[in-house]
Amino acid sequence: MDGDFQFLFELVTNGILTGLMYSLVAVGFVLIYKSTDAINFAQGEFCMIAAIVVAGLLQLYDLPLIVALAGGLAFMLIFNWGLERVVLRPMIGRPIVAIIMATIGLALMFRGLGPLVFGAETQPINLPIPDDPVIWGPFFLIPIDMLGAGISLAFLAAFGWFFMKSRKGVAMRAVADSHQVSMAMGINVERYFALAWMLAGVVALLGGVVWGNAIGVDTQLAQLGLKVFPVVILGGLDSIIGVIVGGIIVGVVEALAAGYLDPIVGGGTKDFTPYVLMIIVLMIRPYGIFGKPIIERI
Amino acid sequence: MFHRESGYYKTTYAADMELFPLPITKAAIVVICVLFFGLFPALMTDYYISVINLCAIAVVGALGLNILVGYTGQISVGHAAFMSVGAYTAANLATRWDLPFWITLPAGGFMAMGVGLIVGLPSLRVKGLYLAIATLAAQFIIEWVINHTPAISGGVQASIEVPRPSLAGWDMDTQTEMYYFLMFFTALAVIGTLNLARSRIGRAFIAIRDQDIAAEIIGINVYRYKLLAFGLSSFYAGVAGVMYTYYLGIANYEMFQLPISIDYLAMIIIGGLGSVLGTIFGAVFITLLPVVVRVFMETVGVYFVEGVYLAQVIAQMRLILFGGLIILFLVVEPEGLNKLWQNIRNYFRVWPFSH
Repeated sequence: MDGDFQFLFELVTNGILTGLMYSLVAVGFVLIYKSTDAINFAQGEFCMIAAIVVAGLLQLYDLPLIVALAGGLAFMLIFNWGLERVVLRPMIGRPIVAIIMATIGLALMFRGLGPLVFGAETQPINLPIPDDPVIWGPFFLIPIDMLGAGISLAFLAAFGWFFMKSRKGVAMRAVADSHQVSMAMGINVERYFALAWMLAGVVALLGGVVWGNAIGVDTQLAQLGLKVFPVVILGGLDSIIGVIVGGIIVGVVEALAAGYLDPIVGGGTKDFTPYVLMIIVLMIRPYGIFGKPIIERI
Repeated sequence: MFHRESGYYKTTYAADMELFPLPITKAAIVVICVLFFGLFPALMTDYYISVINLCAIAVVGALGLNILVGYTGQISVGHAAFMSVGAYTAANLATRWDLPFWITLPAGGFMAMGVGLIVGLPSLRVKGLYLAIATLAAQFIIEWVINHTPAISGGVQASIEVPRPSLAGWDMDTQTEMYYFLMFFTALAVIGTLNLARSRIGRAFIAIRDQDIAAEIIGINVYRYKLLAFGLSSFYAGVAGVMYTYYLGIANYEMFQLPISIDYLAMIIIGGLGSVLGTIFGAVFITLLPVVVRVFMETVGVYFVEGVYLAQVIAQMRLILFGGLIILFLVVEPEGLNKLWQNIRNYFRVWPFSH
């Protein structure tokens, strides 16, 4: 195979895998937006805090991986349930800037609390998978990326089914569509809000552990939250398929920018090319590739 | 602002909108002017004056953001990027062509305004969350472009040294001189915003905030006013950026990153959206917060934390307090410090009777 083409091919395959791992983080955001209409600027911090707890249990108490994961799961469920109760519920019906600022406030608190409780050093999370890349025909793959992409696809499929077919999922969509109407139809709106935030906590745990294994656990992990926005805007805010497609586009664009643009302009393009792409999409098709247009009434 | 009325006597809208509702207001303004321009700089040490200087800069930036978020109801997560545009414009003009501050300061403002108008363009199509994310993108893109264009920033991660502002041969290089320099523009910004809010433009902004479709139906050109709000807000940001650059003596992109944008959002949330007095409260509050945390930790915290970790713990404490305060205000007092102040005033309006 031609050398240039080989390079492009590697960039694209790795971009797709990384992109699917972004989707795993972004799906938590979409989940909350779909069911509570709230915008969560703290999704990256959720991942970070989950990963910090798991890494802390692993390192400080020498627990086996499965126990640490269960501990992290329990923590995220209780924690997010509490958050919804104390912080997010009073925000219902408030202007959008209030909700955004509340989640930014949460994000800042987590960034301070995590290192204060568990120490600021970078902690590893070692999943029992090999580090050596797998060479499979023309593909040159890193196992953690494959695992992340696999988990991501499995979860997105599960959520797709959940929202389309299951009774709770349909109820959640109804709640998102209109709080008042669903209340009138006998849906316990507040319970579904709590459920949505707890599910987002579970997703954050998975995202945090996968990314923590890939890049190590410290406050840098929270930067993931910033990757979420291009992903969800590209794909459409309320679409599960959109999250997959958006994630793949962002992953590939980043990889290509890092591979081809960085040598020319001197680094850093990886971080902002997805945003440029996103601005273009916003101007042409504000509701994303798969999102549904918003019709406004007074 | 600080006077005490004996009851509600206003019978016309014009009376309600007056800047000086009672003669005593003028006296209060005179007292404030004497305090801020005469007594404070004469009595305070350089350290306290430097803190007030930082507050003054923050007030200008926060007023700009409040025009956009508080009055017009648009969202911007990229305020610091506009500040950086103003700062770098002024820094380049001042170092390359030796231009005085009375040219570079408006130039920085207008440059930021131009960039703000471009960034505001998406607001014509999208709002709410989408606008927040578009401005977030602007923050990253502007930061990257400035940092990676040597003609603007002097190279990747470099900073430009800016000469002190001077007026007719008088160099302002002490804290007290800078204090007068900054305070003059802060006063201008406060008066400008107060008057803007009660003009036709300000009323149009408020109509758009409250219900933009309805505003369009009653004949307000929503697109023009939204863009105008972005332009004005960026102008203020640019001016604040120039002030900050002159104050510090350097222009560096690290002073204008995303956390600073969030600081400014926090100022107007904690101070009170759509209120000039609240903006001042919020800006002072957020600027003082890290100072107070540091002083507290250095006096009390040393007994609990080992010296080597102290700086780290201070940074973490600041984040926790900062995030916690934002949430506390949003949940408990959404109208911010301004509302608390109004409550106190309303209590004393009829004091000693309860109502």
